[in-house]
Amino acid sequence: MAIAAEQPDTPEQSENPLTAGLERLPVAPTTLVIFGATGDLARRKLLPALYNLAHDGALPERFHLVGVSRKEKEHEDYRTECEEAIKRFSRRKPDEEVLKGLLDNVKYVPGMFDDPEVYSELKAVLEEFEHEAGEPLNRAFYLSTAPGFFPVIVDQLGESQLAHHPDAEVRLIIEKPFGTTLEEARELNRRVLGRFEESQVYRIDHYLGKETVQNMMAFRFANGMFEPLWNRNYIDSVQITASEDLGIGTRAGYYDEAGALRDLIQNHMLQLLCHVAMEPPVSFTAEEVRNEKVKVLQAVSEPTVAEIPEMALRAQYTAGHAGGEDVPGYLEEDGVPAGSKTETYAALRLEVNNWRWAGVPFYLRTGKRLARKVTEIAVTLKPVPHLAFSQEGSLGIQPNQLVLTLQPNEGVSLRLGAKIPGTRMIIRPVNMEFLYGTAFLSQSPEAYERLITDAMRGDATLFTRNDEVEAQWRICDPIVKAWHPSQQPGPPVATYEAGSQGPVEAERLLRGDDRWRAI
Amino acid sequence: MGRIDAVWSEQGTSPDKIEGALRQLLVEIHTQHREFVPARVLNMIAFVDREWSGEIANRLRGVGRYHASRMVVLSYEPGRERLDARVMIAAESDPAPGEIALLRETVVVELGDCHMDNLLTIADPLVVTDLPTLLWSPHGHHEIVADLMPLAQAVLLDSVVEPDAREAVERAFELTGQAYVVDLAWLRSTPWRERVAAMFDPPAMRRELGRLSSVSVRHHAASTAAATLLVGWLGSRLKWQLGPLRGGPDERLATATSRGQEISVKLETDPELQVPGLAGLTVGTTDGLSLSLDRGPGGLRARLARNGGEPRQWTIPGASRGETGVLGEGIRQALLRDPTYVPALEAARAMLA
Repeated sequence: MAIAAEQPDTPEQSENPLTAGLERLPVAPTTLVIFGATGDLARRKLLPALYNLAHDGALPERFHLVGVSRKEKEHEDYRTECEEAIKRFSRRKPDEEVLKGLLDNVKYVPGMFDDPEVYSELKAVLEEFEHEAGEPLNRAFYLSTAPGFFPVIVDQLGESQLAHHPDAEVRLIIEKPFGTTLEEARELNRRVLGRFEESQVYRIDHYLGKETVQNMMAFRFANGMFEPLWNRNYIDSVQITASEDLGIGTRAGYYDEAGALRDLIQNHMLQLLCHVAMEPPVSFTAEEVRNEKVKVLQAVSEPTVAEIPEMALRAQYTAGHAGGEDVPGYLEEDGVPAGSKTETYAALRLEVNNWRWAGVPFYLRTGKRLARKVTEIAVTLKPVPHLAFSQEGSLGIQPNQLVLTLQPNEGVSLRLGAKIPGTRMIIRPVNMEFLYGTAFLSQSPEAYERLITDAMRGDATLFTRNDEVEAQWRICDPIVKAWHPSQQPGPPVATYEAGSQGPVEAERLLRGDDRWRAI
Repeated sequence: MGRIDAVWSEQGTSPDKIEGALRQLLVEIHTQHREFVPARVLNMIAFVDREWSGEIANRLRGVGRYHASRMVVLSYEPGRERLDARVMIAAESDPAPGEIALLRETVVVELGDCHMDNLLTIADPLVVTDLPTLLWSPHGHHEIVADLMPLAQAVLLDSVVEPDAREAVERAFELTGQAYVVDLAWLRSTPWRERVAAMFDPPAMRRELGRLSSVSVRHHAASTAAATLLVGWLGSRLKWQLGPLRGGPDERLATATSRGQEISVKLETDPELQVPGLAGLTVGTTDGLSLSLDRGPGGLRARLARNGGEPRQWTIPGASRGETGVLGEGIRQALLRDPTYVPALEAARAMLA
């Protein structure tokens, strides 16, 4: 008997008929070039992510890695450094054979990032790989350096004819921060887009690579029950919190320059706001999703100088207690300049001025050395219009609140009113909880594993677009300027005790009966 | 706090007492340790011969995080008249501060011939309502699978375990009409399918798919079913008309046709391969392209030659999953749906007819 199976595509079609049903889609043969190859990010995140992709058989059929950094060293020395970093920071114990297979395809190019010779040498290495493969290989340049080098590297890639390839894709992956002001972001975009097409550029916000953030899209757009309520008619306020119980650790140099607003709100937390407030995209293509996010950001008014004290608050932690131990205040931390006004806590009240959200406050707050580490989005619904029950003897009827927890225990919790068992009709709030960890067998991949794969595949959905980055900066830039040390005397810096709920002054951002959720 | 490890057992028990014990243990754990929460992903029922139950328990222990939320082991012993049961609730690890740890429940029911007529009513109360249930009978007992099928949304089987590949494929096909089939023989071919798909993904290579003229699969002596499924997958995706396999157990040949073009198919055993599954694959095209993938240390060894030119060889990194990894993947797949398995199975049936 001979049969013809049903459903398949034909080879003439543009789609590859062999990818149907596969969980992992093919990634084209690629050489990844990491600038800043000996830095902390490369050692702790990028190299372990590459190893884990190799372990899972998820790297392209042909994969080469080139490390570029200022330090002089031989290929073999760099391979040894890669091996050490992978063994130390990988989420799983490396398989020696797989590790060897990965390291066999690693090379190193030393030199200063502004030296054209580095790029000539790099070009020769890339061409050598292609010669060995007998085919053109896609190229992905990963800028994992200090941000000051981004424009230099981009220009040099352009000058050395490495920004384009006649027979393969060339991609540019840029780490955060993408500028430290709106002006810097615009200038960096101008420099980058002077050498590369926007479709070649992948701006990393590693929050977008987290399963938890992607789950928000599934939560909103794969469940019919929430969307009818997801507007100003039913929602009273939205509160987005990203708190940490730790202090700044050894990052004083970076953190004192950045502060909480630039470190978390300008990028990650505004992305979360976009995911809460965006309209359903027509499709989940990169452009459609990013179009909707940009619309949200454009609907957030740029705060005026006069409005900033009413809608933004900064604070610093003082000495206190964390994890049962005494901990120093920010100004006593190693490396923090005396008298620094850098905020370790920032809270904003924003409004999304569109038909869906007009009048609904979006509260954003983030801080170091708070009571607990948690990232969550709390959506508070409006109270019921009429209460038929007596509240005597009860905790009071509270509005429904939907809480999406991103970490540490990813889940969804819905606060409901329920009758206390007994003869009287006494209501108290109860929580209906769902924890993602209890409902799936699979382990979430590390954000960098997902993002590196997506960039190599050319899927930009989880990366920020040029107009998106600028729209984020447009919202934060006036506040950054108002809080800049050059503004004398500038708005006061509130304080809060380490291990506490944050500054009491944050209450003044809240409208009406709104309250900050306990951290 | 210490790791949770709660146990209940009773001889001469009943399903409702077992179910009651499960509920009671969960309430007790939740009351004392709120950070431990029961996983609610998947039920799994395994019907095993008692004399081999230790081996099955070892295999299941190896699947790690892919352990079903509630595992119900029906351990069959001919001649047994009393129903005994053990309930174990355990967390694999302690929770990190502020985080949760998952509890997994295992129920082992010892039963005999006298319980077979009412097996469904013994198993039914023990599974968590509204969770999908995966059914596994690793020691045969096809009639038991039929009895328990009303409880199952998915059936786990391993076509390479059946001594006869044709019977194995027929059996799998029969089950596809009743539940979603997760075939470990199919899952053993996943890395191969992924790599073949990737090799032919670049547009220039994709055109070669229409020019394939030969496929040769090297496999473990007991894994004809896996090899046949791999060819069946390729044939079904590329709309081949697959003819029957001829030849002995070490080498089987078949012919496929596609738009008037013949494709020669060869399945051959690899005596070197010590584990079930596939050892290698070679595909050739009418214009002289030859692509081979072979098992190697640290991944698959690829070899590409064009028109008799100098071949290029390289390694595609990837760690072996091992047999426990394949079983774990099988449990995970019970929650997914692969639309390409049944067409591949139908094509394999045609080859083994």
